Amino acid sequence: MRFDVTLRHPFGALSSGIRLHSDAALCAITGPSGTGKTTIAHCIAGLRRPAAGRIVVDGAVLFDSDAGIDLPAHRRRAGYVFQDARLFPHLSVAGNLAYGERLARAGDGWIGRAEVVELLGIGHLLDRRPATLSGGEVRRVAIGRALLSAPRFLLLDEPTASLDGARVTALLALIERIRDTLPVPILLISHAAAEVERLAGHVLDLAPALDSRAPFA
Amino acid sequence: MGLTAAEWTVIGLSLRVSLTAVALTLPVAWLLAWVLARRRFPGSVLLDALVHLPLVVPPVVTGWLLLLLFGRAGPIGGWLEATFGISLVFRWTGAALAAAIMALPLMVRAMRLSIEAVDRRLVEAARTLGASPLRALLTITLPLSAPGIAAGTMLGFARSLGEFGATITFASNIAGETRTLPLAIYTGLQLPGGDGAVARLATISIILSVGALVASEWLVRRGGNGQAHAL
Repeated sequence: MRFDVTLRHPFGALSSGIRLHSDAALCAITGPSGTGKTTIAHCIAGLRRPAAGRIVVDGAVLFDSDAGIDLPAHRRRAGYVFQDARLFPHLSVAGNLAYGERLARAGDGWIGRAEVVELLGIGHLLDRRPATLSGGEVRRVAIGRALLSAPRFLLLDEPTASLDGARVTALLALIERIRDTLPVPILLISHAAAEVERLAGHVLDLAPALDSRAPFA
Repeated sequence: MGLTAAEWTVIGLSLRVSLTAVALTLPVAWLLAWVLARRRFPGSVLLDALVHLPLVVPPVVTGWLLLLLFGRAGPIGGWLEATFGISLVFRWTGAALAAAIMALPLMVRAMRLSIEAVDRRLVEAARTLGASPLRALLTITLPLSAPGIAAGTMLGFARSLGEFGATITFASNIAGETRTLPLAIYTGLQLPGGDGAVARLATISIILSVGALVASEWLVRRGGNGQAHAL
């Protein structure tokens, strides 16, 4: 099972708990804003501790409140591509790409820098500073940095947010390529229905959970 | 401007005392700044107050407290002497300690501001890429707070160079050992015919202090612009 996630958190849709159980290469968590999508991503990446639950990715237990397991963020190997990219401003693009690569343990890596640079088409950007990149370039470098950190899975949080039409199309094609050619399960967090429909083999929609709640809760 | 050998000694001693003080304080001040900026724990308010104490109490009181703690009969001073045979009182190292303590709050304040300005989300990103909390601290927070480190260092250096009250109280005013620029100027004022020396030493200390402050201001501006640009 690629993703086996059960979470409960005293916030939004998460207060009644969520369950994601899927073997799809790309799973999506969707729903209107305010339902706790990013909170779920933070919990899975280890940046936030859920009230209770169990997170298993590709057979590795990252969190289990009953068993007292709570891997720290740096041991979870979540290839987290943040909505706001979060490239390191004091490092060049090459420095950003190398950051996670250098920290990965020898046996964990499954893709090389040349392949990532080629796949994402960022070879001409390596010497640039993040501040000089366009929105689409920033997104691609962030994906490359995550891929090179030898991740167990990719966590894409609203990857197309604030991109214009042509760039969205290009990025979706790129995500499709990663999904179909690389051996890494992907968890997509998105509120864009078309994007989710096109990419995901399994969808967890948080909206019904919200609807079933009392209107003033 | 012709300086006498004694005056060169004063300048050399002042630089040695100030540079030693700043070098010793730098890592301590950065860690304190980080703790105060990023950690909340019982006693953090007390620690903050303690760090700021030398800034708010009269320097002579700080000097007296140093005497109580680091004097031969004091708990730390007695231990240092018994264990290592080191005595700080009446020594240039004592002057450096006094300058370090007086510079500490200014350095912590400058560094704390720049650590608070480091985007925590970048630290989170580093953590998800495999960086332990310590590594994220050293590779993200430390370099991104560089403008504050530079500014704090310059400010601390200028403060150390001007240190008078705590130094004369704790380390005394001994020519060639603890008589730094301010103490030499004060001594010159007490002597008949010391006016020329006072004028020369005062000019030197103005040049050194203003130079350090201008450098600090410039580094903050440059660093500030760089960061605003980068984010």
